[in-house]
Amino acid sequence: MTVIVTDAGFSPATQREIVALADLTDQTAVDLANTDDPHELVGRLDQLTLIRVAFPAFNDGRAFTIARRLRELGYTGQLLALGPVIADQYAMLRRVGFDGAEIPDEIAARQPADQWQFRAADWKQHHYQARLRA
Amino acid sequence: MTKAHDIGLRMVRNAAGEPGFEVMVGGGLGRTPMIGVTVREFLPEADLLPYVEAVLSVYNTLGRRDNKYKARIKITVHETGAAEITRMIEARFAELRPLFGGADQKLLAEIREAFAPPAFRNAPVDAYDAFYKADPTFRAWADTNLTVHRNAQYAIVTISLKAHGETPGDATSAQMRLIADLAEKYGHSDLRISHEQNVILPHVHKSDLPTLHAALLQAGLGTANVGLLSDIIACPGMDYCALATARSIPVAQELATHFEALKLEHEIGPLKIKISGCINACGHHHVGHIGILGLDRAGVENYQITLGGDGTETAVIGDKTGPGFAYTEIVPAIERILRAYLGLRLEPSETFLQAFRRVGMEPFKTALYESDSAQDAA
Ligand code: SF4
Repeated sequence: MTVIVTDAGFSPATQREIVALADLTDQTAVDLANTDDPHELVGRLDQLTLIRVAFPAFNDGRAFTIARRLRELGYTGQLLALGPVIADQYAMLRRVGFDGAEIPDEIAARQPADQWQFRAADWKQHHYQARLRA
Repeated sequence: MTKAHDIGLRMVRNAAGEPGFEVMVGGGLGRTPMIGVTVREFLPEADLLPYVEAVLSVYNTLGRRDNKYKARIKITVHETGAAEITRMIEARFAELRPLFGGADQKLLAEIREAFAPPAFRNAPVDAYDAFYKADPTFRAWADTNLTVHRNAQYAIVTISLKAHGETPGDATSAQMRLIADLAEKYGHSDLRISHEQNVILPHVHKSDLPTLHAALLQAGLGTANVGLLSDIIACPGMDYCALATARSIPVAQELATHFEALKLEHEIGPLKIKISGCINACGHHHVGHIGILGLDRAGVENYQITLGGDGTETAVIGDKTGPGFAYTEIVPAIERILRAYLGLRLEPSETFLQAFRRVGMEPFKTALYESDSAQDAA
């Protein structure tokens, strides 16, 4: 079971059909592995309302780059980190374009909502990369 | 050392005289030493942040996650190939560059203001010239420990923390206080620590040098050996480091005192000896003209020697000489190498590194491993 974390706090994951990239036809939600090339979604980004990108472990950072590219490619739907990321990474997840994360129950139990809220409150404030890019 | 880093940035000017960087990627030492490859000969200064971001973006996508020892960028560059990684970086850079709207350059200008040069004093330097002629101790120190300043009345002073027989790079609290005071008084309050583990006063007026030198001498900080044999970089090694397989500091101390007793280090001239106490290479032995790596062979310290390493813009990883030496044999082994060098150099101005590049490994190997015949031949 999983929990969805956003700036608003914890909410239960809703049931909906989400397919892997290889199986994507006309569905509106897709899961990317962190080895998938986000460019494969070019031309289909408008049909999608949810993309989850896998974090097999919190210290495997490939999904950060993938999220950033999806936003650069013009994706505007919901974008979630899927896997055992930790609260300390929440601000960085937001900065690369994730709307939040879908985390396993164990992580949610170990790091309750207040720890994520703490990071959510000011994720824009120390966003030095955006500041330098302006 | 620029070429031995994950990302190396070397300041250069292009044909039009504009400042920029040569960008090198994939260098590193440790268990797999590699020299970085140049991915961009000239990167305009203003492109620096998006370009470095492009490098990291490509690395984050390709970098190995299956094996911690292969996770470094040098492995990625090596496995992907210089041409392909360059292409990928440039492609990513083309995407990232337009996102930078100039805020970084504004911030850079602000930072630049904070590093404005000090108000240089205009005063005669005759006192310096006279002292230089009259005092041989001062002269020896000035010859090794001063670097040319862009203002001819000034000098860049390197305070050696490599007194013969002391732990290389160590200073006592009293010495540190004194150095800070001297920097305030004679150095426009500027003081830097070099990667060679010495202290640099970047702006000292030449007329102040005799007084400064006298104060340093009194505190045991007047050693005239910068760039010479005893200006050794040694990692903490077995004395302080939990990862060590051998001692480094005592080897450095013995080398320094041994050659000081022989009065040979000025004769030998510019030489970089670097010592690491294990394969992690914190002493950067791979890029020492003479590198010493302390290993553990069945519970006994064993020192492997590499020759010809270079950490400058002509960077090379040193070559192994052959089998290593026991703790008690390492100083005599280095002496054999250096006596061989003194015997074969064309003239005193030919440095150890130049001589090694000219003659290669063989004469040094002979001196090291067939010492009797080498002495006959010499
Ligand atoms: S080279 Fe090895 S012994 Fe020396 S400081 Fe590094 S880890 Fe420690």
